[in-house]
Amino acid sequence: MSMTITEKILARASGKKAVKAGELVNAKIDLVMCHEVTTPAAITMLIEKGIDKVFDKKRIVVTPDHFQPAKDIKSAELHKRLDEWAKRHKIKYYYKLGRAGVCHALLPEQGHIRPGEVIIGGDSHTCTYGAFACFSTGVGSTDLAAAIATGELWFKVPESEKIVLNGKLPKGVYSKDVILAVIARIGVDGALYRAMEFVGPALKDMSMEARMTMTNMAVEAGAKNGIIGFDATTKKYLAKRLKDKKTYKVYESDADAQYVATEEFDCAKLEPMVAMPSLPSNAVPISKCKGKPMDQAYIGSCTNGRIEDLRIAAKILKGREVKIRTIVVPATPTIWKQADDEGLFDVFYRAGCVIAAPTCGACLGGFMGILAAGEKCISTTNRNFVGRMGHPKSEVYLASPATAAASALTGKLEDPRKFL
Amino acid sequence: MSKAHVYKRDHINTDEIIPARYLNTDDEKELAKHCMEDLDAGFMKKVSKGDVIVSGEDFGCGSSREHAVWSLRGAGVQTIIARTFARIFYRNAINCGFYTIESKDAVERINDGDEVQIDYQAGIIEDKTNGQRIEFRPLPEFALEIIRDGGLLEHIKKVKG
Repeated sequence: MSMTITEKILARASGKKAVKAGELVNAKIDLVMCHEVTTPAAITMLIEKGIDKVFDKKRIVVTPDHFQPAKDIKSAELHKRLDEWAKRHKIKYYYKLGRAGVCHALLPEQGHIRPGEVIIGGDSHTCTYGAFACFSTGVGSTDLAAAIATGELWFKVPESEKIVLNGKLPKGVYSKDVILAVIARIGVDGALYRAMEFVGPALKDMSMEARMTMTNMAVEAGAKNGIIGFDATTKKYLAKRLKDKKTYKVYESDADAQYVATEEFDCAKLEPMVAMPSLPSNAVPISKCKGKPMDQAYIGSCTNGRIEDLRIAAKILKGREVKIRTIVVPATPTIWKQADDEGLFDVFYRAGCVIAAPTCGACLGGFMGILAAGEKCISTTNRNFVGRMGHPKSEVYLASPATAAASALTGKLEDPRKFL
Repeated sequence: MSKAHVYKRDHINTDEIIPARYLNTDDEKELAKHCMEDLDAGFMKKVSKGDVIVSGEDFGCGSSREHAVWSLRGAGVQTIIARTFARIFYRNAINCGFYTIESKDAVERINDGDEVQIDYQAGIIEDKTNGQRIEFRPLPEFALEIIRDGGLLEHIKKVKG
């Protein structure tokens, strides 16, 4: 029976020869990602139900990230509950402050993500890891608790939707612009319950960082998972990173696998995109929205806080000064160090940006860059819902690091190509 | 009898149901105080125990925060009736033993403030105010089983012993 990559991985994980979309399976979980917002509740549930155990202390990765360093007393209590639990169960990969980072940047960087595996995390953007040809999806605290204790979860095998990326990205256009264009076309529930499988020649020139930006936002189209096939770029990224087991199994979609929909995009024709408030699907080309005044620029997050993103922003900011508050948040300590070593901090400092410690922070309106009523922020993050970054009457505009940096320089929505 | 709070729009997201600025706690009573705050600041003043929310497509999209379900449950909301649900919210609801109802036309046929009565077994919503009778397909059996057991963890305990 022909299958998609998602179906093959779920078949393997549920001990079946084949599965098809719509089928309910009980899958073995290879890796569980835990952070301080959704995990403490899972821990409490497990304790209350009398099943306070972990299925495998080597297959659970823990990192505080949303409100770290703790932003207030209540979040400090969440950190404390996570810390006590991780220590009590001797979780092997527990990243503490100083090594902790934005989970979806940290886990691939530290070599925890393996192709062919089934990964879940207590965070909706867990779909990011699908860039590595694995099945990865976000869950709530109860599912997280079940996975922590049993190493298994039920899934409905998703139907797959093929996103074909043709052509070559023009200068000043990045994978963020591609995914915003995709969501603008199919809508925030365009891939509801589906696997979004990205294929096509445009992927060839994309780094793993760039690919992760796209799979990261699969959930913004309602998808269960985003997935990209394995190639030389994946192999190279993994070569020196993988922790514990160095081997992995590579699955690929059969040529005659079933897809419920196929969407083709000519990347060569894309412009830098900006998603207007208050849905990621409200993306329009920069030529249609240029000139709108902004109050803040935010460069960071699990979508665009990786080294490549900081390099792109720095290239535009170099030798220039920002006109609005600009916050740069390297997603992990390693990225932070690398950016410093490469002289990017010098560029950001001279341009008038502030550089924050790795955290999800302001992306979700937590701290470190909250917006007041009526303020507008150009942001490299993934959601622009009402009140997402602060006051319900503030506004978030989603874009690439290049567009955010260019907009920081002029204080309004700006085409990055004029600075490249 | 339950009062219906109707929001005639799509994509009500978890940031609107419970803003992230309140995610520094997982206490249900505390979360309930801010339920639907960024969407409808007056919600907590008008909601009573057993009320229902009626809405359009893709209810609960966004974050995986189960806090959204807890805040609604803490606020006394009995069920959400929507055209469609975002998948993580839907799953979280089942896992918490919280009913959700998918109905294509409830949002058109139930008016804000109407009194409704729901028969979950039969799959019928009766709008006592305007006399409409709306049928819906009950949740799949495996989901009902989880809800009957009191949520996923209780279900696992029962199944696995």
